[in-house]
Amino acid sequence: MDIIVDHFTKDYGNQRAVDDISFRVVTGEILGFLGPNGAGKTTTMKAITTFLKPTAGNIRVGSHSILDEPEEVKKHIGYLPENNPLYTDLSVIDYLGFIARLHDIPQERVRERILEMVVTCGLEGEKHKKIGELSKGYRQRVGLAQALIHDPQVLVLDEPTSGLDPNQIIEIRDLIRRIGKEKTVLLSSHILAEVEATCDRILIINKGRIVADGTADELRRQSQGSEIVNITIEDGMADEIFQALRELESVEIVSFLEGIAGGFEVQSKPELSSRREIFKLCCNRGWTLTRMTPFAASLEDVFREVTR
Amino acid sequence: MTMKKILIISGKEMRQFFDSLIAYILLTGFLGFSGFFTWLYGGDVFLVGQASLQTFFAIAFWTLFFFIPALTMRMIAEERRSGTIETLMTKPVTAWQVVLGKFLATLLLVMIALMLTLPYYFTISGIGKIDHGAVISGYLGLVLMSAVYISIGLFASSISGNQIVGFLLALLISLFFHILFDLLSSAFSGALAEIFYYLSMSSHFESISRGVIDSKDLLYFLILTFLGLVLTHHRLTRSQAV
Repeated sequence: MDIIVDHFTKDYGNQRAVDDISFRVVTGEILGFLGPNGAGKTTTMKAITTFLKPTAGNIRVGSHSILDEPEEVKKHIGYLPENNPLYTDLSVIDYLGFIARLHDIPQERVRERILEMVVTCGLEGEKHKKIGELSKGYRQRVGLAQALIHDPQVLVLDEPTSGLDPNQIIEIRDLIRRIGKEKTVLLSSHILAEVEATCDRILIINKGRIVADGTADELRRQSQGSEIVNITIEDGMADEIFQALRELESVEIVSFLEGIAGGFEVQSKPELSSRREIFKLCCNRGWTLTRMTPFAASLEDVFREVTR
Repeated sequence: MTMKKILIISGKEMRQFFDSLIAYILLTGFLGFSGFFTWLYGGDVFLVGQASLQTFFAIAFWTLFFFIPALTMRMIAEERRSGTIETLMTKPVTAWQVVLGKFLATLLLVMIALMLTLPYYFTISGIGKIDHGAVISGYLGLVLMSAVYISIGLFASSISGNQIVGFLLALLISLFFHILFDLLSSAFSGALAEIFYYLSMSSHFESISRGVIDSKDLLYFLILTFLGLVLTHHRLTRSQAV
């Protein structure tokens, strides 16, 4: 079941929060939604889950439009809202039972389903506690459990790992990856490394518009333009090596790396790779190539560039 | 199906009442107050000199007025403050089911409180000849009045994310029906006085608690309850469209 966002626009009063964005999330895909605070991520997620009505445009989940059949859309979506709101005065079991019944899970299956969720989300020791007594990590698991309890086709998770420690983040990430194989997942996050590790595709929005869309590798390549490698060559005269590198056909710019003997940074001409030529050059001249690392723009660089 | 969802919401609200001690505080408070003033203090049942629950009804008329806003104040305000409104409204449930579920749960709790005063009735009917019809319609009057104040309380709670605002606003609105319209009707004359008199809760409650069930009075309670619920529903759906 796909999520199809079609020219979605949302105004708050005079302020335009989301400006005519369109994208599609397909089944089996985990899409990471990135953007600075106030970029419109949460607004878009609230609209997908029928909580907000669009000012213009439409959103469909499968074949159901949020405008015409919100009740159908609600049945197929599991939603973890921002800040993970929960009823702190209910116990974990009572809360999950309440959500399960709202989702029309038959009474005789409710118990079984709650227990499945308790196991999946690692809440065995806490199931009889009141939610208000739980630590943030456990609350987050309760939030995920309520989103998953009716086995939804579509998952919308607004910052699922916020406030968790690194171990918990990895656990939740694994859980999402496991679930994401058969479902459609849209998740937002501030943590770039996390999105890169969890998501198949990344969508960056800024000021209500989509500014980048693709896999992590694609985004890096787009922002970088041409290939850059850092190399170290030994057993030769630095000047001689420098000259030889500059004469290579695919090389655009060569510069010395400070502090590393025999270290150079080589930037190729657009669309070309210089790595093979460098290797062959060293073979011919009898130099020893001791290091060659492709210089990768981090996702942080990409993010900063497109959201500036 | 519709009814089932309403009951699921009510069930959750009931659980929250009892899990958070609100229910126990209300029940003991209500029984304590009404018991004290009915049996022990001032113009109590023994002074009236006849077997009737009039004294109790007159006291419950006031106790419920204060207790109901305390029950309803958190119902929507707290959902809004904590954000659970978002989880709730994105589940397959309509705004009407949520409003009616919350209304029903509160009414049920009030009815439990009233049920616990049935021993008063048994005691007094043991003392002398009691008008059973008047007792039944008196209880009916209290339930209907509670329905009105619950719907007003829900509306007040839906105004903001602050429980105190919900409580005070509910008291303020209820105060008009409870006593201010009555005072106004005696301050004016002619048509205006008539209107204020009709709007006043006490005029309708007194006749019903004396055992006169008039369709005009019933209509008054039902219309006010309905109006409160419609306004609450409106607030709940409007906030989503923003």
